[in-house]
Amino acid sequence: MGMVKATKGAANGTPLLRIENLHKKFGELEVLTGVSLEVRRGEKISIIGPSGSGKTTLLRCINYLEKPTSGHIYIEDKLIGEKQTDGGYVHLSDRELANERQEIGFVFQRFNLFPHLTALGNVTIAPQKVLGLSREEAEQRGRKMLEKVGLGHKIGEYPERLSGGQQQRVAIARVLAMQPKLMLFDEATSALDPELIGEVLRVMRQLAEEGSTMVIVTHEIQFAGEVSDRVVFMDEGRIVEQGRPREVLFKPRLPRTREFLKHIQER
Amino acid sequence: MLELPEIYADNIHRWLPELLYYSMTTVKIAIVSFVLAVAIGIVFALWRTSRFPLLRAFATAYIEAARGLPIVVLLYIVYFVPPQLFPDLNWQWFNDFAGAVVGLGLHGGAILAEVFRSGIEALHKGQREAAISLGMTPAQSMTYIIMPQAARIVLPPVGNYAIGLLKDTSLCSLIGVNELMNDAKSIAFADYQPMAVFVLVAAIYFVMSYPLSVAVRYMERRMNVSR
Amino acid sequence: MGFWQILEVRGWYFLTTLLGGWPETISVATGALAFALVFGLVIALLRLSRWRILRILAISYIEFFRGTPALVQLFVIYFGFPDAGYQPSPFQAAIIGLGLNGSAYLSEIYRAGIESIHRGQMEAALSLGLTPLRAMQYIVLPQALRTMLPPITNFAIVLLKDTAIVFAVGVVEIMALARNLVTETLQSAAVYLIAGALYLCVTIPMARLAARLERQRQAWQ
Repeated sequence: MGMVKATKGAANGTPLLRIENLHKKFGELEVLTGVSLEVRRGEKISIIGPSGSGKTTLLRCINYLEKPTSGHIYIEDKLIGEKQTDGGYVHLSDRELANERQEIGFVFQRFNLFPHLTALGNVTIAPQKVLGLSREEAEQRGRKMLEKVGLGHKIGEYPERLSGGQQQRVAIARVLAMQPKLMLFDEATSALDPELIGEVLRVMRQLAEEGSTMVIVTHEIQFAGEVSDRVVFMDEGRIVEQGRPREVLFKPRLPRTREFLKHIQER
Repeated sequence: MLELPEIYADNIHRWLPELLYYSMTTVKIAIVSFVLAVAIGIVFALWRTSRFPLLRAFATAYIEAARGLPIVVLLYIVYFVPPQLFPDLNWQWFNDFAGAVVGLGLHGGAILAEVFRSGIEALHKGQREAAISLGMTPAQSMTYIIMPQAARIVLPPVGNYAIGLLKDTSLCSLIGVNELMNDAKSIAFADYQPMAVFVLVAAIYFVMSYPLSVAVRYMERRMNVSR
Repeated sequence: MGFWQILEVRGWYFLTTLLGGWPETISVATGALAFALVFGLVIALLRLSRWRILRILAISYIEFFRGTPALVQLFVIYFGFPDAGYQPSPFQAAIIGLGLNGSAYLSEIYRAGIESIHRGQMEAALSLGLTPLRAMQYIVLPQALRTMLPPITNFAIVLLKDTAIVFAVGVVEIMALARNLVTETLQSAAVYLIAGALYLCVTIPMARLAARLERQRQAWQ
């Protein structure tokens, strides 16, 4: 792992997210083979790489949707998903996990909106039930978030009446309403028709400009180059190259990265 | 030759009140067994999807057995077997009504367990993940996200089960419960009018079950529209 | 004597006696299945007919038989038909009763199967120059059959279980023998449990087969 040096937080203070030597196995298959990464507050990181390289699994591990096989994750130096005891590390209970997930927002490839709730209902349910806001407070906040993603006029619609792009924007508003410290985007545009991708990327760009901390798994190379502070290239379960977008995307060091970028631009 | 209209004209004032009285027993059996079946169904649906292999195996075996047995056989087993297996216990309370309700409830529990399970499994696993990624506990995601959606999927098959149950109560006459079917038999053979009486009884069952089947179709149509 | 002793001493006798009921149970089930396979198709075709009156006839038939208990239908046939001048034997009554009842269910399976085949399939076949009959034979029916096979298997299981009520009109099948044995020996626990096991030996494998057919069908679609 020493091959690749993680960029140390340039700013002083602790990083917002710190991942230490993460491994994940599904049965015999090792999907993550030792990933270490630090993300500073306000930093935007794009993760790119061929399918099967472990990008999505890494993201899911950060939110503990998958339990890592080994390695640790810290948010502001606080251990996530497990606690330290005399005998070592143990996984947290579901209830304790729920508590920690509030601080991390996750935007899914397939939106996963709740079909039995309106757009506003989707955005307000977690603030009410998880944060304990009153209905009025939650709805006020929810309206603001839906307006922010440009859907103030759709608050009463059910997901099935919304286009894919609109659904994904509701999903982003749903995450924003929890006011997370960190937002994770798992190929947020790859389930969308080409003409709907732009509206979602616009919202994500706006969030980036406002200073949110974001980790973005994406195939939109151009977008990654414009928005992120750092681009991370993963292959076969490891981070093999990372750096400023200009360097990684236009002057990649490794042949593997060059090959991937050439491939994806030809598509 | 058979003159049904005349037979009814002469007898219906005697038959109908009695038959209607006993159809109340039929309805009572159906309602109590239904409640029991829903409770058993929920428990076994949860066990069937549990993390513990032993619970899972037990629930699977129960569901397979209860669905594989003819209802009559299950009724006979429930009503006659336990008192003989455990003769020392007090079986005073276990009358034919109790036997009927427990038997139908056990059968329905197995059917509903599968209905509930498939209702929950029909939901994309992303729903649960989205809920917990927002910080909900598993219990909260069950209550606010999974259950409300599963309920809509599950309603029509539960309605179909209720229709079947209403008809299956007639089998309780075979273990001696005094409900609609049993009373019909006694009238039919006392008055030597089996055709007239059994046709009338068929009509009564139909009047009870038809509204249910209309309701189920309405729900099915609404579901198809909304998906 | 306790239950286990009874089972040890009399179990073999009970089992062999009850096994003697299988042929009758199977005869009733297959007879009613054959009846329903044919008559159910007739009802399904009426149900899909162009003429309103035939459709209404078919719907009324289906609603009536699905809305009333099979036991009542059996009683109307066995005890009621003699009033109208026809005295069926217990076996005939059982086959007619379960057959008529099953036709209502099967007709809905047929209908769903036929309707599930997209009209485009027929059109595509015709456009390739097949005659309507050949198109039916090579394109529509093979697809419909695969769709219908799992629900028909499930229906056969239901039918087999339904035969357990025909002792009420005097057919001597497994349950009738079980009741006789209980009157003779008063050992209801052992007798009914063995009878139950006999049914499960057949219904559980059949249910698994039906589930497998259904999985195959879904994979194939």
